[in-house]
Amino acid sequence: MGVPRFWREIPARYNLIGSKCETCGAFYFPPRRFCPECRRQGKMAPYQFKGTGEVVTYTTIYTPGDSWIGGKPYVLAIVKLDEGPHLTTQVICDPAEVKIGMRVKKVFRKIGEDGDKGMIHYGTKFVPA
Amino acid sequence: MRDVAIIGVGCTKFGEMWERSFRDIVVEAGAQAIGDAKLNGEEIEAMYVGNMSGGQFVSQEHIGSLIADFTGLASTFHIPATRVEAACASGGLALRNAIIAVASGYHDVVVAAGVEKMTDVETGVTVDALASAADREWEGFMGATFPALYAMVARLHMHRYGTTRDQLAQVAVKNHHNAVNNPRAQFRNEITLDTVKNATMVSDPFTLFDCSPITDGAAAVIVAPAEDAKKYTDSPVYVLGSGQATDTISLHNRADFCTFGASVAAGQRAYEMAHVTPNDIDLCEVHDCFTIAEILAIEDLGFFKKGQGGPATLAGETAIGGKIPINTSGGLKACGHPVGATGIKQAVECVEQLRGTAGKRQVDGAKIAMTHNVGGTGGTAVCHIFSNERRK
Repeated sequence: MGVPRFWREIPARYNLIGSKCETCGAFYFPPRRFCPECRRQGKMAPYQFKGTGEVVTYTTIYTPGDSWIGGKPYVLAIVKLDEGPHLTTQVICDPAEVKIGMRVKKVFRKIGEDGDKGMIHYGTKFVPA
Repeated sequence: MRDVAIIGVGCTKFGEMWERSFRDIVVEAGAQAIGDAKLNGEEIEAMYVGNMSGGQFVSQEHIGSLIADFTGLASTFHIPATRVEAACASGGLALRNAIIAVASGYHDVVVAAGVEKMTDVETGVTVDALASAADREWEGFMGATFPALYAMVARLHMHRYGTTRDQLAQVAVKNHHNAVNNPRAQFRNEITLDTVKNATMVSDPFTLFDCSPITDGAAAVIVAPAEDAKKYTDSPVYVLGSGQATDTISLHNRADFCTFGASVAAGQRAYEMAHVTPNDIDLCEVHDCFTIAEILAIEDLGFFKKGQGGPATLAGETAIGGKIPINTSGGLKACGHPVGATGIKQAVECVEQLRGTAGKRQVDGAKIAMTHNVGGTGGTAVCHIFSNERRK
């Protein structure tokens, strides 16, 4: 992932900043310019999520793609944030430990890097709360 | 709108074809289809090519021109050729575009082809390329692979509906069993539940045998107005219905992770256009990119209630001779899954079934067949309903 492409999303990736529609009150992550419910009547504003939630479903990945630089296996999950929206993230824990309904909280971690000389990608992962 | 018929079909063998190029295989499929329809070639007015990612797999874009060129339709006839892309639903979408072009009266004889050459790159590159069918910024970036996304669907389906490991595995066992009798299939060997459960773990609960393989292959069909179909062939297959739908590209933005809203909507639209119900369908080729995907599909298309897909599969209701034969070709799992070609291959299987030429895979007395082609984790779905009898 090139520098500008990563850099543009830093606020959302580092701080879990998504969107709230001031018209209908719905929360969105990742950020959206358009509320799918209200569309042009919607009024989107940035919103920072607390970063607490629970695991809705999960898997342990044994065969990552070529661009993957982390250890394996690793746990991937869909987490439901307490404010409502879901996101895809990694849960840092023993694969035997993760389960549906497990409470988790956000942590700031390295996600990947662009080769030996490229930029390092950081973002938000989750740990058992 | 005019009624549309398929007048010719072609399909290469599916598998790892290291000695053959992208353009070779699509030309072979096209030539078979043209021969099948007994066309000279100059009647062909337009072409739609479904291809997910020539760019990532063979560093080739501008697929429309390339295929028109190497099928001999560019330099003399200069036909319009359009590449369409909707990830793994690219083939189904190419067919839908060809049908719309004929139905509208804009063109008479149109080719819909699908092609993917996946084995010219290493597996890790393929894994990353396939991940681009999901949201690259918010799923792929976080380390989501394609099997992982479907594995998370499977995990929740098991949790919520009690779907079992054996029920998932039976999808693969049944599809391998069907592929034994399909000369085009990539894997023509029987497997057992233990084969699936004891294979290398890919993304828990999936092993390698829950996943469709990496495949090279191409397929083509030729469509024409229904009223002209008998001019070309004694056994036309009529398009009764076509439906296309979208959903959010990421799984995490869906209201429900155990159903694909796009499959439900595309199926409904196809049923409505065809004036049929799920009970009228004699066989269906569904998008079983992973074992859970077939179970979702047979529920979402209305063949079984939500949560009943797994038990029905294990009870043999989706086998040839069962209540509703699913994936008589061997499906994506055993016939192979060259992503852009899959949607066209599904139609080829339906045509052979409706002509009564499917050999040992034949569903007795098949009159109405259906296809279900999915892009990504349900971001796009395309369904078609075919019959060997004209619309009443």
